[in-house]
Amino acid sequence: MGKAMLEVRNLKTKYVTRFHEDVYAVDGVSFTIEEGKSLGIAGESGCGKSTLALSMMGYYFPPLHYISGDIIIDGKNISGMKPDDVRKTILGSEIAYIPQAAMNALNPTQKIIRFIEDVIRAHDPKKDKKEIREIAAARFKELGLPPETLDKHAVELSGGMKQRTVIAVSTILNPKVLIADEPSSALDVTSQKMVIKMMKELMEKGYIKSMLFITHELPLLYNVTDDIMVMYAGQIVEKGTAQEMVFDPVHPYAHGLMDSILVPEEGTRGQKLGAIPGAPPNLKKPPDGCRFAERCKYACADCRYTAIPEKPFGDGRMYRCLKDVDELKEVYANE
Amino acid sequence: MSEEVRNNTDFENKPLCLSGRGVTKIFGFGDKKTVAVDHVDFDFHEGEFVSIVGESGSGKTTLSKMLLGLSNQTEGQILFQGKPRDISSGRKKKEYWKGIQAIFQDPFSSFNTFQKVDNVLLDCINMRGGKSLSKKEKFDMMTEACNFVNLKFAELTNKYPFELSGGQMQRLMIARIFLLKPKILLADEPTSMVDACSRATILDMLLNLRDETGMTVIFITHDIGLAYYISDTVYIMEHGKFVEYGKADEVILQPKAAYTKRLISDVPKIHEEWDLSTVDQLSEN
Repeated sequence: MGKAMLEVRNLKTKYVTRFHEDVYAVDGVSFTIEEGKSLGIAGESGCGKSTLALSMMGYYFPPLHYISGDIIIDGKNISGMKPDDVRKTILGSEIAYIPQAAMNALNPTQKIIRFIEDVIRAHDPKKDKKEIREIAAARFKELGLPPETLDKHAVELSGGMKQRTVIAVSTILNPKVLIADEPSSALDVTSQKMVIKMMKELMEKGYIKSMLFITHELPLLYNVTDDIMVMYAGQIVEKGTAQEMVFDPVHPYAHGLMDSILVPEEGTRGQKLGAIPGAPPNLKKPPDGCRFAERCKYACADCRYTAIPEKPFGDGRMYRCLKDVDELKEVYANE
Repeated sequence: MSEEVRNNTDFENKPLCLSGRGVTKIFGFGDKKTVAVDHVDFDFHEGEFVSIVGESGSGKTTLSKMLLGLSNQTEGQILFQGKPRDISSGRKKKEYWKGIQAIFQDPFSSFNTFQKVDNVLLDCINMRGGKSLSKKEKFDMMTEACNFVNLKFAELTNKYPFELSGGQMQRLMIARIFLLKPKILLADEPTSMVDACSRATILDMLLNLRDETGMTVIFITHDIGLAYYISDTVYIMEHGKFVEYGKADEVILQPKAAYTKRLISDVPKIHEEWDLSTVDQLSEN
């Protein structure tokens, strides 16, 4: 087992609405990413993927609030740190974040080199401008971005180029963990491929030690990450390697999700898509039992009232369902 | 329609529903001229599920606006049921829209915020000439439409569209189409803003709708996997031109045009390896 780069233990965070109601968006999430590994998070809109990413960065600005749990980056516990301290000491050097709308994250009035100066000087205020430019030019060249980009404004770049620039800028300090939240969902397939290749290169060359990749596109996740975990209503419902999760999912929700994959390959045209009817539960009052029970076609009365813990099985896999693995697999096989 | 029929129906023998000859759209003039759609020909038959696939900026949306009659073509002719389409006046446009309806990408901006769900559906019944029907009949029709898309009408009455989720709104949009029963449905990326599970539900509903009413569905998307799953015929669009078209199986499994090949190779897959090395050639170009 490699060294743990990011360890999250029983993390709980909530949103407080303007009517002072609590919405438990991340509710008891635990996982570990080892050095050199990447983990993908899949799940439908509103299941807490992006909130989990923000929580891990210590980005606790209202309405998001921290409740409990530990976030340990390379042995250093950052939970409970003030957002300002996190920004000065952790963000960029330990953990980097690429948001969903990274393309809009660049200030249109500044040249790209200014962003890099900002990032580097936030951690090392005395660094010389010339030195920064050298570092930046070398990194851009290595990642296949033309060094002229440094003296351009964001508006001069295409969508895919902007996204790649944002990734290069945010990883300039060689962070230990890179959190990518839907980095390619606004791009067309060709630009998406370039972005993914760049992220893989960053991993291979050791500029980033581990990666957390969030997307709802499962084929992409399968091709990019080593492990996949599926989130539902603020909890992790299943975790395993990419291969296991796509071809042999156990939890009924993960099973439905994997059945809805559409790829241009022979045989997909005839298959029946797995549609899951209904809507996720209201997280203001999460159900006592299984959160998926209302939509699960295999649910029984016990599922609705029994709190279900994470159950380990197989080789380091985990799922959250009352039923046994064999029982579930038999049900799927008979369908 | 069963899967077997879906794959084997020959639409070429069916009557034409919408066709175009040399359809062109040019924006601007002189040096700043942009040819968004460049002399395209197409034949959409009755009951056919057609996909138009292309990347951003390939002219998909411009073409769909022309098909809907929201903008005029610069050159060429669009024929509706064999006759040249006439949308020269507001009255004629309204008449044309009885035959063609659309579902758009963003369900949140497709509805009138001040109109309740019942009124949305009631309008559709009135548009189809059901003004004189009794209250009970109208209610039954609305319930039937909602049942078709797995919504409960009783739960929707007196609600405003913004109180529904994105998936529910998109399904309500399909319920509208179910009541209107147009000859052609144009769906412009209807699933790009909903997640994978709702996407499967919406796709199934569109297929059912086609089977039940026999309408032509024109599906516009950038997702080639989705187009392959759902359509009978696929048109691939690049820089305002159709570079390849034909039956879904032929176009996707044995692509001939270089652009189609590239598009397919750029999509991440499950059973085949995703070749990232082709990216280098792209960045050099």
